Amino acid sequence: MNDAARPDPDALLRTLALGTGSAGHAGRGRLKVFLGAAPGVGKTCEMLDSAAGRRTAGVDVVIGLVETHNRAETVARTTGFEIIPRKVIDHNGRSLEEMDIDAVLARKPALVLVDELAHTNAPGSRHDKRYQDVEEILNAGIDVYSTLNIQHLESLNDVVASFTRVRVRETLPDRVLESAEIAVVDLPPDELIERLRDGKVYVPEEASRALAHFFSKSNLSALRELALRRAAQAIDAQMLDHVRAHALGGKWAAGERLVVAVSEHPGAAGLVRSAKRMADALGAPWTALHVETVRDLGLADRDARALATTLELAQHLGAQTASIPAETIPEGLTTFLDQSRATQLILGKASRSRWHEWRHGSVVDHMVRHTSGVAVHVLTLDDAGTDSKTDRPHAGKATRPVAGRWGTPAGYAIALALVTLVTLVGYSIAALGNVTNVALLYLLPVLVAATRHGLRTGLVTGLASSLAYNFFFIPPLYTFTITDPQNLITVMVLLGIAVLVSQMASRVRDHALLARRSAAQNSALAGFARHLTAITTDAELGQVLCAEVARMIDVRAVLMLPEDANLVVRAAIPPEDRMDTLEYAAARWAVDHNRRAGRGSDTLTACEWLFSPINGGGRVLGVLGIARDDTAAPLRTDQMPLLSSLLDQAGLALERITLEREMASVGKLREQDRLRTALLSSVSHDLRTPLTAIIGNLDAITPVDAVQAGQLASAQAEAMRLRGFVANLLDMARIEAGALIRSSEPVDLADAIASAAHDLRRLLIANPIDMAVSPDLPFVLVDAQLFHQCLINLIDNAAKYGDPGTPITIAARRDPGHLALMVMDHGPGLPAGDETKVFENFARIAGSDRKHGTGLGLAIVRGFCAAMGLTVTASNRTDLPDGQTGACFTIHFDETHLRVMDAGDAA
Amino acid sequence: MTQLRVLVVEDDAAIRRLLLAALTRAGYDVIQATDARAALAALAIDKPDAVLLDLGLPDRDGLELVPLIKAAGPALIVVSARGETDQKVAALDLGADDYLTKPFDSEELHARLRTALRHRRHATTTTDTVALGDVTIDLAKRLVFRAGAEVHLTPKEYAMLAELARYPGRVITHAHLLRAVWGPGHEYDVEYLRVAARGIRRKLEADPATPHLLRNEPGVGYRLVG
Repeated sequence: MNDAARPDPDALLRTLALGTGSAGHAGRGRLKVFLGAAPGVGKTCEMLDSAAGRRTAGVDVVIGLVETHNRAETVARTTGFEIIPRKVIDHNGRSLEEMDIDAVLARKPALVLVDELAHTNAPGSRHDKRYQDVEEILNAGIDVYSTLNIQHLESLNDVVASFTRVRVRETLPDRVLESAEIAVVDLPPDELIERLRDGKVYVPEEASRALAHFFSKSNLSALRELALRRAAQAIDAQMLDHVRAHALGGKWAAGERLVVAVSEHPGAAGLVRSAKRMADALGAPWTALHVETVRDLGLADRDARALATTLELAQHLGAQTASIPAETIPEGLTTFLDQSRATQLILGKASRSRWHEWRHGSVVDHMVRHTSGVAVHVLTLDDAGTDSKTDRPHAGKATRPVAGRWGTPAGYAIALALVTLVTLVGYSIAALGNVTNVALLYLLPVLVAATRHGLRTGLVTGLASSLAYNFFFIPPLYTFTITDPQNLITVMVLLGIAVLVSQMASRVRDHALLARRSAAQNSALAGFARHLTAITTDAELGQVLCAEVARMIDVRAVLMLPEDANLVVRAAIPPEDRMDTLEYAAARWAVDHNRRAGRGSDTLTACEWLFSPINGGGRVLGVLGIARDDTAAPLRTDQMPLLSSLLDQAGLALERITLEREMASVGKLREQDRLRTALLSSVSHDLRTPLTAIIGNLDAITPVDAVQAGQLASAQAEAMRLRGFVANLLDMARIEAGALIRSSEPVDLADAIASAAHDLRRLLIANPIDMAVSPDLPFVLVDAQLFHQCLINLIDNAAKYGDPGTPITIAARRDPGHLALMVMDHGPGLPAGDETKVFENFARIAGSDRKHGTGLGLAIVRGFCAAMGLTVTASNRTDLPDGQTGACFTIHFDETHLRVMDAGDAA
Repeated sequence: MTQLRVLVVEDDAAIRRLLLAALTRAGYDVIQATDARAALAALAIDKPDAVLLDLGLPDRDGLELVPLIKAAGPALIVVSARGETDQKVAALDLGADDYLTKPFDSEELHARLRTALRHRRHATTTTDTVALGDVTIDLAKRLVFRAGAEVHLTPKEYAMLAELARYPGRVITHAHLLRAVWGPGHEYDVEYLRVAARGIRRKLEADPATPHLLRNEPGVGYRLVG
């Protein structure tokens, strides 16, 4: 209906992350990036100046890491800042210095300065990249200032490389910059070149020659344009987010959705980067899609890895990634486009021969012809990227999954044997005079070879058959010469059939293989799930999970579960009972952050193991570690879904086991509770009933003389005391059992006090009540019975400790939002410092046991008040003239426990 | 005057003996029953004037007996342990005349029993005026006097007072009063009662802060005492 005015929740979240929202600072810290076009524009100085301003304003600023390169102007600016000492990491005999992230987190300043956001950490650091350190710092609620040169931005990698001829290796995912506040540090190229000439720009020795080219005026201008445009884009996006988050209305180009199709082709990375730029320009979400066909079964290891890298790159650039199975690529693409309602499709066009296209059909042509409502962008896939050229030789073509390209020697042997057999049979038929039908006989070996042993074997057999037919049956006999055109056709047909049949057969075989593989995986998963349901302990679960993972993914596996504050190895295949410190740290990190850690992830990659958290019931229940004997990354991208399914199943089972254990302990508690309640009611009956009889019978006795009268009075008094004691014990037991069922009703304080005074009328003969409660106070919302008991205990207490003959004053004070009811006596008062002690069980004021208190009365008051949501305090009276003392007990009612009467309704 | 007959329904022998002694001494003719079955038999055969009923009986819920006993005519006082307020209120709403909380003393027992029996006799005759201390309530003319002077009450205050005056000395539950004065549908508006009770006290009590005429029974109801 009114969509335009509804705040967009995603946008709201993003603005909160930026800290422009009101609650922005509560959880995550804010990141501010000082963005420059090239080294030397003065980012670090600008950052230090800005930070100095914050420090002057009273903000707690420290330097996490700033590269001064010993330049005086920079060094001077760092003075006055607290600098966190760097961590020295020993790597192959070289000691490298990195930011000490743990020290920063422990120091917990309000703002930390971290230079060079795109820096790659020394091997053995916790994170591969410095921006990951920064993210962890931000997550701890600390603000960060950092610096970045535009050429380090991942999505601009190709663009920058295209004009600078320098491929930047240290890249920063765009999402980091997108969630940051950007301050552009700008310097015109001429001035920068001048600074460079003056030696004011730090250039590493080994790179000086390459950089001389880099710092050309045209390059710098282009970089500057990129930086400024990027900053403008960011500001634009943030403005849009702000507008959307606050529902300021207006029209938005909504619904653009971009899909880029990727393959194992080495140029796909460039395709992904282009897609990212296009998605940014459109402000559209985008997906990198890989369509999995039978062809993928035969991908060489290198190609599978290339594909995984491409998908990972897309993920880093902020894309969603998807991999869907389909018979053909166009079919998969079409299905996905329909489902995701995509509006833009980006395809790469590999330079392939016309022959290849004619045979396999061109995906591009098919998509352009058969999709409507989707804009199709076609980019040429050069083997782009200097990196791919240098570190990757041209990827080999896909190989068939079965029998290799050339088939097996056995296949050829059988085929040739068949050809020989057919020739012999044909010879006897030819003897009967009909040569033409012999050609049909040769179809048999071709069909057998093509269906059973693949295309090449089929073709070779076809060739052999036609040669044999030609040699033995076509005149001129025993030569390979063909004179009759009719016979030429026969040879061609034999070859054609070999090609067709072998292709069909191999396709059928591939499908069967694909189906068999997924069926095997499904049945393994189903078996695993079935197995899990019968498991009752986590050790058993660990054994089953580790065995299954080890078998299906072909790795070593270990399951670690949290126990108290530690992670403990619960099962391992092959058996292993402890992990070393690094592995333990990675497992711990995975549990704490609920993300993968270790080799093959992007955290703590020095660890040989890859640890994946196991989730259940919304929390991390444990962690599974896997490792390969050859220390390669233990998990291939195509195995990720399998591992995820296994871990999901295990998470469910683990959650069930945990719940069962909790249920068992709850059951035990419930049993204890039942016993306590039973005891309570039996005490209630078995003690109170005889007491009632004793008191009643004592009442009925008429003493014969004064001595008996004295004895009787004493027996009655003791019996009454016992009655009070039993009642108190029961109340205490009810409080401790949490068995106070309370229902609030409005109670008039005057009413309540009068009832309590009535019940205590005999006791109050010695200490009359001085009632100072105004009759027009608001009603209080309490449980009438519990409140009655509180008043009785307080008045009883006042009567016990008040000097004989002195009044007990009950007063009420009404303040805005608060009402206090005070019960005050004229007694010795409370020892200083014991004001809260008096509410403890069996607390009696020192040297005052003349009054035979049970020591429970005030504890019950506190317990009952707490059950009703009230508080009770004790103090010494200050309202008395000099020389007099007394205690004052106050029950406090806040606004929620007051009901101002509305006489209109009642009257 | 013929001896009044009291039926004690109580499963605990000690309490039964105690009640037997106390009531006999006060001049009542006492019959005993230890369970619901015996109580119903005694009710039909001995036709008691009053019944003391313990709600915790071995064979049946004491509450089930309340309407049966009231239908037979005697005054009914239920006996229960402290903390069982809900049971007391339920029994009163089912028609019980009053309640006693264990442990009780004989003075309290006699006072309650006297009040209940008096009301039972009054129930057959209509009383037009009720006198409580210096307060007189003329139910026929709907007038209230304090020390001879007419006191003006609001309609709700008067209605509440009149309902209580119909059963002087007996506890009337919140729900009963609310139903009678404000009508069904207001049975849980205890606040209304508190407001009206304040009004009545201000106009009729010597000291509204220490009420003697209108007594509050915490969590149960109100009682008008002379």
